[in-house]
Amino acid sequence: MSTAVAVVLLVAVIAYAVLGGADFGAGFWDLTAGGPQRGARPRDLVERAIGPVWEANHVWLIFILVILWTSFPEAYASITLTLFVPMMIAALGIVLRGASFAFRKTVVALRYRRIFGAAFAASSVLVPYCMGAIVGGIASGRVPAGGVAGDPARSWINPTSVVGGVLAVAAAAYLAAVYLVQDARRLDEPDMAQHFRRRALVSAVAVAVIAAAGAFVLRADAGHLFDGLTSRALPAVIVSGVCGVGALVLLHRDASRGARALGVVAVAAAVAAWGLAQSPYVLPESLTFSAAAAPTGTLTAVLVAAVLAVVVVVPGFVLLFVLDRRGLLPAEGLEDEADDVLEERPRQRTHSSGHDGA
Amino acid sequence: MLATSLDPLAITALDPLGWARAQMALTLMFHIVLVPLGVSWAFMTLIANYRALKHHDRDALMLAQRWSKYMAVTFAVGAVTGTVLSFEFGLLWPRFMDQWGEAFGVPFAFEGIFFFTEAIFIAIYIYGWRRLTPWTHFWSGVPIVVAGIFGSISVVAANAWMNAPAGFTTGSDGSVVAVDPVRVIFNDSMPLQAAHMLVAAYLVGGFLVASVYATAMLRGRTDRYHRSAFLISFSVAAVAAPIQMGVGDSLARWVYDNQPVKFAAIELVPTTSSDVPETLLGRLDADGTVSGGIPIPGLASWLSDPSTGRATVVQGLDTVPPDARPTVGQVNIVHLSWDVMVGLGTLLFLLAAWYGLTWLFRRRMPRSRLFLVAAATSGVLAVIAMEAGWIVTEVGRQPWIVYGLMKVEDAVTGNTGVWLSFIVIALVYLAVGITTVLVLRAMSRRFRRAGGFVDHDAPYAPSEPPTPSVPEQEEVR
Repeated sequence: MSTAVAVVLLVAVIAYAVLGGADFGAGFWDLTAGGPQRGARPRDLVERAIGPVWEANHVWLIFILVILWTSFPEAYASITLTLFVPMMIAALGIVLRGASFAFRKTVVALRYRRIFGAAFAASSVLVPYCMGAIVGGIASGRVPAGGVAGDPARSWINPTSVVGGVLAVAAAAYLAAVYLVQDARRLDEPDMAQHFRRRALVSAVAVAVIAAAGAFVLRADAGHLFDGLTSRALPAVIVSGVCGVGALVLLHRDASRGARALGVVAVAAAVAAWGLAQSPYVLPESLTFSAAAAPTGTLTAVLVAAVLAVVVVVPGFVLLFVLDRRGLLPAEGLEDEADDVLEERPRQRTHSSGHDGA
Repeated sequence: MLATSLDPLAITALDPLGWARAQMALTLMFHIVLVPLGVSWAFMTLIANYRALKHHDRDALMLAQRWSKYMAVTFAVGAVTGTVLSFEFGLLWPRFMDQWGEAFGVPFAFEGIFFFTEAIFIAIYIYGWRRLTPWTHFWSGVPIVVAGIFGSISVVAANAWMNAPAGFTTGSDGSVVAVDPVRVIFNDSMPLQAAHMLVAAYLVGGFLVASVYATAMLRGRTDRYHRSAFLISFSVAAVAAPIQMGVGDSLARWVYDNQPVKFAAIELVPTTSSDVPETLLGRLDADGTVSGGIPIPGLASWLSDPSTGRATVVQGLDTVPPDARPTVGQVNIVHLSWDVMVGLGTLLFLLAAWYGLTWLFRRRMPRSRLFLVAAATSGVLAVIAMEAGWIVTEVGRQPWIVYGLMKVEDAVTGNTGVWLSFIVIALVYLAVGITTVLVLRAMSRRFRRAGGFVDHDAPYAPSEPPTPSVPEQEEVR
């Protein structure tokens, strides 16, 4: 039963990586879009793309934390005691990012848009780095079992954490660029599609280089993880690599479809590979999922909640993404349109928005 | 000694307990202001939306649209500040999570589903104005209200469990070996505590929104749009207020029966006795006597159990050893907060009664300027009352984090850097809080400039020159 909950946890992590991760990545492109003039259009696209979906995507993180502390409380205690600093930074970054994104949408003056935009974009890079570093600290066995604190600094400032952090930022940026290509096409902005296609290509190569270099780091620094990646998790690694290359080829050819799906599978498979490589440990080589597991009653409740989530939340997500893709959730405007809802509304399509993560 | 106090490392060795408490209190008390808006504003928006569609009411429609845009901001801030709390349960109280996470966490597993639902449909509702058909759009808002209700019940269930831990078996080493999730969620304290918070969400949300429009009306913006906004929000609060009196009273009796020490702190009862006075204000002194305040003879006993009246015995603080009860300072905080909550709650109830009776007999809202002034302050007062209620629950439980089972000092992190995270969090929250208010005000000003409604010749003298507006609509009076 603890295995089933561990699978639920992994699925939630994957969902957060490919949905929430792309929202963070969009922030990366926002950050690097250039000055107010040059960056206006990419930023506008980013805003419209993640506006309707980022909060729903963000809930995956809360779900992950809840599953972790409810089902594997000892592990959560060890993780929070050891990785206090990066988790606190991530929490703060999340507040800054969400709040400033919401604020930026509502203010008009350029000066304030720049302040909020900078806070949003900078924290969009900071948070995934911290998440990746946290994963690196856990995966390299630097979090001890038993609800005790490990090294407060070296647990997240270490070679594996650096690889994890940089890889997380790069993978998020890659996913976001791939999604934004599609969004730009749908919104009939071919030059923006090219803009993000170039960035998707560059970031795809960056991810591949970091991953390849990271393999050497892991071999030296995280033996258990490296062994897992080259044995149990090898199929997932291969799937990730093949899909990544496939997405790269399609992006290079400027294919109209397929790149996004392959890109998502590549990232999802990479996260799954981490999970498989780490199993059966929640804290590698010191605490297994089954040893850390809560009593059966709790695990049952978590699984029931997971099933309910599939029944209730998945259709909701599908609805949200379908509406979004069909352009039925246009950006909330600043102007009031009291009249055209009650009366005959013009049916022409102006702007539609959003990315479909799945 | 001097050498160590100058040692830069000394400051990093500060005891984390007080800082962790302060940080948890700060982040929770910040988040709890956004909760009522998340839970009840969608309901008020849907009332306006319904009116708009049913009666082709343009003012109501504009109201629903604008409210949904404000909601987008408050929901975002609420979502991220709520996330911080999930981190903090572990970051600040790792030993609590280690030992009790398997029970305490269960309600949150279900809360996650409601939060997902809320986040999904709030996005559809906020962004769907222009493209969904009007009634489809209206119905997309309904799940927000339902999920908001069940979500807040789930969270309060977890807090209630800390007051009335149940649904688990511990082994010989004190660790939890079996959990009954149903009994965890439906613990003894949950029904009344959840009802109290849920009604509070509607009460505070209603008064908070209404107070903004009362202020606008005092400034002379008494057009139909502003009156509609006020009527909808104030009516919600006015319905909630009397219900809250009843729920709060029942909850107080539950505390009397189940958490006698908290009750003793609330009523300022140092030693067990009957005929206990209800002391308004006043304080407990270090020697265990009560000084100051206005005692109302026998009222606390009578309220605790009217069937035995003034003969009702109220357990005193001295029935448990000092290390199992709140400190004198904490007792005074609890008692003062209690007085503030009940006092403000009563004032708000009277305000609601004024409004209700005027409707009943005159079929209109009160016209007096005093009423509007009171209504304009009601939002802040309601928030203060809610925060005071939160303090009563949380500080009144001290020194326990899990009532009778685990003390706060045994739950806290050993991490000595909490003082720093507290300072940073305090600064960030201060900035976010101020900015939220400024952003909402800026939105409101922009909406006003955009026009869309007409200033009436007000019965109240405008206190600022009327803003230029573009008359678009018929005046309806």
